[in-house]
Amino acid sequence: MNNEQGLRLELEGIVKAFPGVLANDDISFSIKKGEIHALLGENGAGKSTLVKMIYGIMKPDEGTISWNGKPMNIANPKAARALGIGMVFQHFSLFEAMNVLENIALGMDEKMSKKALEEKVVNIMQKYGLSLDPKRVVSTLGVGERQRIEIVRALLLNPKLLIMDEPTSVLTPQEVAQLFNVLRQLSSDGCSILYISHKLDEIKELCDSATILRGGKVVATCDPKKETAKTMAAMMIGTSLQAINKVKSKDFSEIGFSVNNLSLKGAGDFGVSLKDISFDVYRGEILGIAGVAGNGQNELQLVLSGEILLKDKAKISMNNIEIGNMSAKERRKHGLCAVPEERHGHAAVPEFSLNDNAILTARNRQNMVRAGMINAKSAKQFTTKIIDEFNVMTTGHGASASSLSGGNLQKFIMGREILQVPDVLVVSQPTWGVDAGAASAIHQALIDLAKGGAAIVIISQDLDELLELCDSLAIINEGTLSQKQKVGVMSIEEIGLLMGGVHGENSSVSSSQKKVMAQ
Amino acid sequence: MNIDLTIAIIITMVGASTPLLLAALGELVVEKSGVLNLGVEGMMLTGAVVGFAVTYTTGNPWLGILAAGFAGACVSMIFAFLTLSLFANQVATGLALTIFGAGFSALFGQAFTGKPIKLFKSIFPDYLTDHPILRVFFDHSPLVYFSLFMVFAVSYFLHKTRAGLVLRAVGENDHSAHSIGYSVIKVRYGAVGFGGMMAGIGGACFPLLLTPQWVEGLTGGRGWIALALVVFSAWKPTRLLAGAYLFGLIATMEVYAKAAGGGFRIIPSELWASLPYLATILVLVLISMRHKMSSSAPACLGKPFIPSN
Repeated sequence: MNNEQGLRLELEGIVKAFPGVLANDDISFSIKKGEIHALLGENGAGKSTLVKMIYGIMKPDEGTISWNGKPMNIANPKAARALGIGMVFQHFSLFEAMNVLENIALGMDEKMSKKALEEKVVNIMQKYGLSLDPKRVVSTLGVGERQRIEIVRALLLNPKLLIMDEPTSVLTPQEVAQLFNVLRQLSSDGCSILYISHKLDEIKELCDSATILRGGKVVATCDPKKETAKTMAAMMIGTSLQAINKVKSKDFSEIGFSVNNLSLKGAGDFGVSLKDISFDVYRGEILGIAGVAGNGQNELQLVLSGEILLKDKAKISMNNIEIGNMSAKERRKHGLCAVPEERHGHAAVPEFSLNDNAILTARNRQNMVRAGMINAKSAKQFTTKIIDEFNVMTTGHGASASSLSGGNLQKFIMGREILQVPDVLVVSQPTWGVDAGAASAIHQALIDLAKGGAAIVIISQDLDELLELCDSLAIINEGTLSQKQKVGVMSIEEIGLLMGGVHGENSSVSSSQKKVMAQ
Repeated sequence: MNIDLTIAIIITMVGASTPLLLAALGELVVEKSGVLNLGVEGMMLTGAVVGFAVTYTTGNPWLGILAAGFAGACVSMIFAFLTLSLFANQVATGLALTIFGAGFSALFGQAFTGKPIKLFKSIFPDYLTDHPILRVFFDHSPLVYFSLFMVFAVSYFLHKTRAGLVLRAVGENDHSAHSIGYSVIKVRYGAVGFGGMMAGIGGACFPLLLTPQWVEGLTGGRGWIALALVVFSAWKPTRLLAGAYLFGLIATMEVYAKAAGGGFRIIPSELWASLPYLATILVLVLISMRHKMSSSAPACLGKPFIPSN
């Protein structure tokens, strides 16, 4: 390692604000030459925004980015590449119908003949042991191979800094090991690497130093080799959370909703497979499902709500009725309501009036339809009730859903489902984008609903929210759901470790590290 | 069948195919860039009337062709501005363009109805064009040679040049192309303009190659066949050539079936005339039944590109 040669990249006081959010708040850190530097943080901590500014996709509002000691204004990705900054995105920008070589050629700024390019590509692949057939069409390649195209594309530019955005989230353990070899070799050649991840094991294994972001701020800079996964998890999630006290324990007796050994193959290359998920929710209980985005939450939500049907109806049951093969409409009739994560176009039709949106999910439970005819009066009454009780800021029941602000629409959607008084409610991100006051109103409504005897499942990435609201908690990671635990029993460290993919609560970090090494 | 008739059929077939081939080649490039312009028929009619008018007034068919190409490109820019800059729906805008072209050509062409024009002189010496056998190669309008040249030019451009690669990339995955740093909108403007030019020239083939006069609705729906041809060819220029000549042959059969008499008389001429259109429907049905072929369509075909930031 050539650390003594100085700094490759230096960030000083970087600020970036979006409407309503301060994504990056006074961020400063630096990366040495040849260093593998981890950028660690939860979803929404501001990692992506930060690297987008380094790669020239966005511009910082304040602060300076220095490259090799000189302050730089990186205008666009092309300028970044010209400096020697390469980036491998989490979602590949590849062209399915074209072959590997054509894809690489498209990413090149300098013009060169096909032959010269092919020669260069083969050289790089040999040097770093990246096996790939340049003539293969991308659509026939697996995820790991696709990532290799992106890496080769980046390496062709002879980068001095390579940004890897969550590179292992879609790789098999073997592919991860190969990738790490490539990155180590690059680092020993003097190329710095900015490695973005929330996977603690990997960071400990690979990185020389780590900058930890939380809520848009740098909360710590550390040497991952000297830290444990537990201490890093605590820094990532925020030790302040530990202050939250155990919710007073309630006694539940009757199972309202249960899922038994549910497995589901993920769709497409990026779909997450659900692996043998089982849990019971009692009537009156609120179960929180925590986890980093993209670990199977979407798939789970779709299966529970009835958008993905199961062949075996016994996998999901409510009030002792097996509902695994029932459509969303039938499940609603039986008393299972659901709120998906995406408000526009999934939970609500943006162009429709609030009235029509209310009819769409509440028509059967609220007797709005008789003999195929809509009962306009009862629809209007119900919509007005939602608007009043959930304090939705709108011009009236005829306003279109798209005219509402995100938070207001969320209130409306939550109100629409809660006021149907379901026996089971499955909610994704109940307070996403909602201001604090409205969030607590939604929380209160959920608690009241549970008090009335409903079984509630909340899928959220907001751990604070889950700890505040839920009676029990389970953590989803790569499609596997942990054992359900009473809130307050699990420590923050344990939760963090489970979210970061270190399975088994009692396994020490060193043994889990061995597991990674063995792979 | 005697050799003279065969050669006559081939020459007629090639002529009848040329407007289709030119217009379809243009549309192929447009679709490769991810834009679906259903206004081919309208652009062809515009090209036809402008080509005729300029040829009639100047007496020079070369100027007529140039003007037709220019007019087609101009009309296509209306489409490009609406769909690419204002994100209007491509299907609806394309249909509107067809209606516009039909109306414009009818209005503008009124003054030229029934007027005669001079056609291209042959570019080869008489002993070649009059030779009973060799005339199959030489007795064609310059537009025919131009269309053949364009088949290979487009094929070379798409698959051998960097600009062609970028164009295909834009049609395949517009957001990726944008994130790499290519201007999706500019590439698509260029492609739509090229498509308009080719459709305009294709349209001008009707008065300048097939029937040297102007009548309303001269192109007779060939723009729609050109659109179907692009699908039929699976977006490959050389296959487009084969497809266009096949359709040309079917269209030619009508003429020669009447002349041949005998058994051919049993089939009414109206049915012969409808054959190219029936064949179009048949081909499209067959293609949509074969999933493999439809997957060769550019992935972003018809989707508007709205830059994310």
